[in-house]
Amino acid sequence: MPQSVDVRLDHITKRFHEVVAVDDLSLEVERGEFFSMLGPSGCGKTTTLRMIGGFEEATSGTIYLGDADVTGQPPFKRDVNTVFQNYALFPHLSVFENVAFGLRRRKVAASEIVTQVGAMLELVELPGYEARKPSQLSGGQQQRVALARALINRPRVLLLDEPLGALDLKLRKQMQLELKRIQTEVGITFIYVTHDQEEAMTMSDRIAVMRAGRIEQLGNPEELYERPRTAFVAGFLGVSNLLEGDVAGGDGSLVTVKLHDGTLLRAPADGAATTGPVRIGVRPEKLRVDARAEAGASNGLNALSGTVLDASYIGVSTQYLVQTAEGHRLTVYAQNLDTAGAGELLAGGQHVQLTWKPQHTFVISGTAEHVAGDPHLTEEGESA
Amino acid sequence: MTAAPAAATRRPGLGARLANLVLPVFTGLLLLFLFSPIGVMIAFSFNDPAGRQNITWQGFTVRNYFDLWGRSQITTPMINSLLIATVSTVVATTFGTMIGLALTRFAFRGRWIMNMLIFIPITAPEIILGASLLTLWVSLGVERGFLTILAAHIMFNISFVVVTVRARLAGMNQSLEEAGMDLYADGRTTFWKITFPIIFPGILSAALLAFALSIDDYVITLFSAGHTLTFPLWVFGVSRLGIPPEVNVLGTLIFLTAFAFIGVQLWGQRRQGRAAPITLVGR
Ligand SMILES: Nc1ncnc2c1ncn2[C@@H]1O[C@H](COP(=O)(O)OP(=O)(O)OP(=O)(O)O)[C@@H](O)[C@H]1O
Ligand SMILES: [Mg+2]
Repeated sequence: MPQSVDVRLDHITKRFHEVVAVDDLSLEVERGEFFSMLGPSGCGKTTTLRMIGGFEEATSGTIYLGDADVTGQPPFKRDVNTVFQNYALFPHLSVFENVAFGLRRRKVAASEIVTQVGAMLELVELPGYEARKPSQLSGGQQQRVALARALINRPRVLLLDEPLGALDLKLRKQMQLELKRIQTEVGITFIYVTHDQEEAMTMSDRIAVMRAGRIEQLGNPEELYERPRTAFVAGFLGVSNLLEGDVAGGDGSLVTVKLHDGTLLRAPADGAATTGPVRIGVRPEKLRVDARAEAGASNGLNALSGTVLDASYIGVSTQYLVQTAEGHRLTVYAQNLDTAGAGELLAGGQHVQLTWKPQHTFVISGTAEHVAGDPHLTEEGESA
Repeated sequence: MTAAPAAATRRPGLGARLANLVLPVFTGLLLLFLFSPIGVMIAFSFNDPAGRQNITWQGFTVRNYFDLWGRSQITTPMINSLLIATVSTVVATTFGTMIGLALTRFAFRGRWIMNMLIFIPITAPEIILGASLLTLWVSLGVERGFLTILAAHIMFNISFVVVTVRARLAGMNQSLEEAGMDLYADGRTTFWKITFPIIFPGILSAALLAFALSIDDYVITLFSAGHTLTFPLWVFGVSRLGIPPEVNVLGTLIFLTAFAFIGVQLWGQRRQGRAAPITLVGR
């Protein structure tokens, strides 16, 4: 069923003098969706959000809300509200007046305002705080007021720019759940900016991973994690192990990739290049470490042999660093299912075999690229 | 817990007790130094001097407070001063606030020059400003009087207002205005509902400052005055013959008014629960 589109960006570019903050970006956000923009600092998330809100004018391109072209419209004419990163609560107004601000501007009847503000404070779990000034609230409470102040207007789209950035970890987790609950309850489209991949993964229906003003990959959290299409996405959404090789053939749903040392590995064929140089990746938790070094690949598993460089016992899991014959280093998270304590770790220098299912492998077209332009961006996303 | 009574009974040594006295004594002396002239002024406004000299205590009276109202040589300069101070404060505060807004909210060609020029009336010696104004009036052929004094006061007051308001605006989170716009307030509504209430304490202190600067200005006023007398000019004039108690009476009244204003403002800030200090720029 085709969903109706709430926000559409059509070839949006934003330049600040010679800096290209957003580079020819196109995007559709569907009605009722929790949509996140994720990316490293300076990749253009805030700028994109501010253009949707009307605080920044696009250098070129068109912005649609629903079917209406709003490109040149000022913020107060757009059916969009924002939760600012620093909350931007009006310090001279009470919580009640802060939340009522949008309704008053739209000349809603006074009795109606009282009812709606009451209901909204109920929703964000702050009833009874009407008379307080923002300075008399905790960070989490201010955050809720900011949310209530925006949501009460029932906008078509709610924009949130790292709304939990100023909160400590525990409150952050709690507010993530809270935000998701509220979004489900009111059914308003959320566009959520964050540079915290875990936050984006837990809350979003879809995520746009951004890099240097462009969308690197767009998809639901599972797609992005399990089948990243670029090394950047693979690196940004967790730890990934990448190996270089060439496509050596395929049999229907799987392709075979030959590593430079001749090892053959198999991976799902979907979307991957069918010839030429590729990189093949696997997440650390998908790998099994086997101390019988030459056990041999059995029952269709991918297998690589290597040497344990380092082992660290973390309690819930053990983290190994394994070096292959070719010199690649792979991170492995081993569940401590059968072991009970650091004494049972595989020792450094031990020869091991790593095995994993071909379906858990992802393929990235092309060889390691050099990231042009920004020296701060490592290709793997987060600098380790 | 056993150590507590011992600690309570142990008395600080003599040296420590003396050291504890230093700060209160020093503070007391400083306050005395600051306020004794004002105390003397207020006291002598109740003096009953024999002649024109009001420098030795003769006896208590409140007659001075009733006497002066009928005497136009005293009331006219005072009214002039009040009028000039009021009008120059209103005009300077209005335009100064607008300039302050323009300088902080908009990027325009020549902004940094404007930012610099605005400091000149504050930093330039008064005597230079006064003399240049005199040159200006003479070369323009303008007759000096009430209006030229007013123009001069607006000129220097604007600078002080701009500097004070700008400081307040710089401390204001700009996303507050964006939040206003986001919540369906157009530019004008955003200004009146958000920007103005937030910078209002700054505007108020700017206005009080402007009023205070205007009402006691002597040097610049002298050069622009012609035959018009303001209160400071009158005081200076009569003081050469001897200071009459009326000077003390008016001084006391001005002081009490200023005191009341500052009190009201501090009270207002306290009520709003805002700790941010107002920046009163000294001259
Ligand atoms: N007003 C501005 N003037 C000049 N350059 C700007 C301006 N705003 C943003 N930029 C530049 O545009 C780029 C994108 O900035 P943006 O604020 O959108 O990044 P972001 O993805 O939100 O980063 P962060 O996670 O740090 O908030 C950056 O290189 C930034 O320096
Ligand atoms: Mg940002």
